[in-house]
Amino acid sequence: MSAKKADANGGAALTRPENQGAAEKATRGTLKYVDDQFGSASFLKRSMDKVFPDHWSFMLGEIALYSFVILLLSGVYLTLFFHASQNVVQYNGSYQPLRGVQMTEAYASTLHISFDVRGGLLMRQIHHWAALIFVTSIVVHMFRVFFTGAFRKPRTINWHIGTILMILGILEGFAGYSLPDDLLSGTGLRIAYSVAESIPVVGTYVCYFLFGGNYPGQDIISRLFIIHVLLVPGILLALISAHMMILWHQKHTDFPGPGKTEDNVIGTKFYPGFFLKTNGFLFMVFGMITALAAFAQINPVWLYGPYNAGQVSAGSQPDWYILFLEGSLRMMPNWETHIWHHTISWNILIPGVILPGIMFNLLALYPNIEAWVTKDKAYHNLLDRPRDVPVRTGLGVMSLTFYMVLVAGGANDILASTFHWSLQATTWVLRVLLIALPPIAFKVTKRFCLGLQHHDEALLHHGVETGIIRRLPSGAYIEVEEPLPAKKAETLAKQIGYDPHHHGDGHAAIAAGDGHEPAPADGHTQTVTRPVGVLAKARTKLEDFWDEPREPVPDTQPHPEN
Amino acid sequence: MTKVEPVTPVESAEPARAGRSRRRRIASLGVLVAALGTIATLYAGLAPAASSASNNDPAIQAGRQLFLQGCSTCHGLNAEGGARAPSLIGVGAAAVDFQVGTGRMPAQAHGPEMPRKRPVYDETQIQELATYVASLGAGPAIPTNLDYQSADVAYGGALFRTNCAQCHNFAGSGGALTYGKYAPSLSDATPRQIYEAMITGPENMPVFGDKQITPPEKLAIIDYVKTIKAEPNPGGAGLGRVGPVTETAVSWLVGIGGLVIITMWIGSKA
Ligand code: HEC
Ligand code: HEC
Ligand code: HEM
Repeated sequence: MSAKKADANGGAALTRPENQGAAEKATRGTLKYVDDQFGSASFLKRSMDKVFPDHWSFMLGEIALYSFVILLLSGVYLTLFFHASQNVVQYNGSYQPLRGVQMTEAYASTLHISFDVRGGLLMRQIHHWAALIFVTSIVVHMFRVFFTGAFRKPRTINWHIGTILMILGILEGFAGYSLPDDLLSGTGLRIAYSVAESIPVVGTYVCYFLFGGNYPGQDIISRLFIIHVLLVPGILLALISAHMMILWHQKHTDFPGPGKTEDNVIGTKFYPGFFLKTNGFLFMVFGMITALAAFAQINPVWLYGPYNAGQVSAGSQPDWYILFLEGSLRMMPNWETHIWHHTISWNILIPGVILPGIMFNLLALYPNIEAWVTKDKAYHNLLDRPRDVPVRTGLGVMSLTFYMVLVAGGANDILASTFHWSLQATTWVLRVLLIALPPIAFKVTKRFCLGLQHHDEALLHHGVETGIIRRLPSGAYIEVEEPLPAKKAETLAKQIGYDPHHHGDGHAAIAAGDGHEPAPADGHTQTVTRPVGVLAKARTKLEDFWDEPREPVPDTQPHPEN
Repeated sequence: MTKVEPVTPVESAEPARAGRSRRRRIASLGVLVAALGTIATLYAGLAPAASSASNNDPAIQAGRQLFLQGCSTCHGLNAEGGARAPSLIGVGAAAVDFQVGTGRMPAQAHGPEMPRKRPVYDETQIQELATYVASLGAGPAIPTNLDYQSADVAYGGALFRTNCAQCHNFAGSGGALTYGKYAPSLSDATPRQIYEAMITGPENMPVFGDKQITPPEKLAIIDYVKTIKAEPNPGGAGLGRVGPVTETAVSWLVGIGGLVIITMWIGSKA
């Protein structure tokens, strides 16, 4: 099977005739004009007819895309008024409780934007809410891709790009959050400084290079500014374009269902159906972010005060996407090693550098690891349902649990003061949970998936329970079961029949309508060779762990109907 | 008063870590002794009414009666202290006014910290109790000059961030301390109670003597606390003024939650 799918037009693409009115004629006219000028219409025409699946979860990535657009627009506005300088000035703006206070120009200009620039506060709030929505939607989008197996060949490259986008989004957010140079972000920056400093050998140099001297130095704000408005947005823009072009070229994945194969896409054509839909959605994302910005205050830097090394506020938290790092730092026991005249601060190095390094690498390489373990080299254009791949789903939930405990750790003081728990006890409980909860989450999730599978197969085999009890001639009582409606049965059969562990031989065929037998699990078609070497043995072990056999459905009840 | 901590700016990101504050506590014993001396002399001067009152002053008698009924079970018949509560000799009128005025005393359940409650006694009774306790030994008097509105609010803000924010948070919204203790929100405290809290240092709060924070500076702090409390949130709902944690909750529940529901709605129309 090749990476290219059959032309989407060949599949049962749906267009609605009522949408093809004057507007579409006009667009086609424009297209013809463009074609006359550039000779590119066949590409454009193909694009217009491109088919997008209708499932809602395919729109999560769009939230990220549109909030990025909002970030660009609002960010440009802020750049017009923001001064990225650490020169100290006296504030004389209109926010009374800070008048006369010495502060950096960066902080003063943020106050200026908030109180003296028309629409400035709204813009700042739009920018910040959009930043939260941006990073969050990337993460949610990533879950969708992960739990449906959309990252498998040929889309592994886009998974890698996606991971880089997420990391850059986090960096970008952290840089932006630090720009106003207020007490809260300054506290965060100081932590970042000590994390960088904890790297053995090069740490001090890295810090010196970034900050231009000892903390806080004179340079960090202007450097972060360039990173924030030029460097990272530039890379983001390039990578987002690559991400989208690869998507466009490879076409969407889709969930298995009637008529859906590895070689087609069923859904709405790009123009006009999807185009209208996605534009509507664009405005909804704009609307949601603007509504948040209009009604909910975010990052009230005037309350935090200017950064001052001698001050710190209770509950100094970073934005949520940094919270897991804050949490790992707070949860780490206070270990240090002294070698000669050097101190290795494990208490910062492990939670601040090593742990996130491992986490991000595992995340980025997960598709490769899974493909290696399962020896799956096939192309996949149809998605898995999470329940059909219990081990992957379990691993996902396990990682998520680990991550969420770290996040909770970053808010341990807020938890403690809100619920009147002891701060120490909270930290200790979280430490235990960090180790104990993930394996439990794995087990429970896997069990749950197997249960759901079981339920599905029971539905397919026995149909729906009708609640009617019948007495058999033998005297036994049974409940009458009705077979699933044909269409439902077919969908379900497709979903179950699609076995992710088919190695390279595509899709098991199921005769439509008689969805009573699931596809035979023909399993491994590869010749078995004895594993040699540590790595190969480990791989075999992992594959066994991975290949959870489907539980057979007990066929206890007689079927009087069939 | 046994829990004086220094008011030097805390440089670490974590407020009041047990080990460090213990070290600091020992280091500041000298400061403590000096501060106590200063406070005692100062307030002897500041509070002539309390220290010159004779034992048959009717207010003292009334206060003693109230004390015997409501406080002596814990604090002892002569406020000398006992197993359940510390001695009140020398805590001063300000401590009584603060503790009873904020409803903390008479104490009820013995948790890690006495929460603010509706006061049990009325204003005159509190005065009588305070006069009685003040007559037992010199201590901080109830502050009389509370003309905070004319103080320098910006300076007060800087002082607040240096001395108070590490426990009470940047906007006085409160925060967690060690071992189940917490610094409460300052939103309900009256100017007088804020002043009294600073000079008496309830529970885990340090005493801020007049050497460390002068009376005009205290008024500036009060001005700042009251100003930001009265100030509306220019950006919309304040979300508790506790920083990014509630912002996160809103961005997840309302922001992403709302948008995901919208995608489902759009998906269902397809
Ligand atoms: C149930 C026991 C109990 C009762 C009743 C009680 N107290 Fe207390 N009181 C305590 C405890 C325990 C403390 C120490 C806790 C603390 O530091 O806040 C305390 C502390 C105080 C303090 C602060 C002492 C200092 O060092 O600053 C004052 C003042 C005080 N009580 C006054 C009173 C008065 C006045 C009454 C009667 C209206 C009263 N208490 C009733 C238990 C009690
Ligand atoms: C080491 C932490 C700490 C610092 C620093 C601190 N406080 Fe407190 N504060 C506390 C604690 C703990 C309480 C609660 C005492 C109790 O419940 O008896 C408190 C109580 C108060 C109260 C009473 C609130 C109420 O509603 O009853 C006020 C007012 C107050 N503090 C003001 C201040 C001011 C002003 C400063 C700065 C000059 C300050 N605090 C610094 C820990 C602190
Ligand atoms: C992925 C993209 C981006 C993210 C996640 C992001 C995030 C942030 C955050 C969290 C802040 C702090 C805002 C606050 O004050 O509360 C900020 C500030 C800022 N951002 Fe961005 N941003 C992004 C893109 C941009 C772009 C493209 C520009 C400019 C072209 C920009 C310009 C600015 C400026 C000038 C500030 C400081 C002004 C201020 O804080 O009021 N940002 N950014």
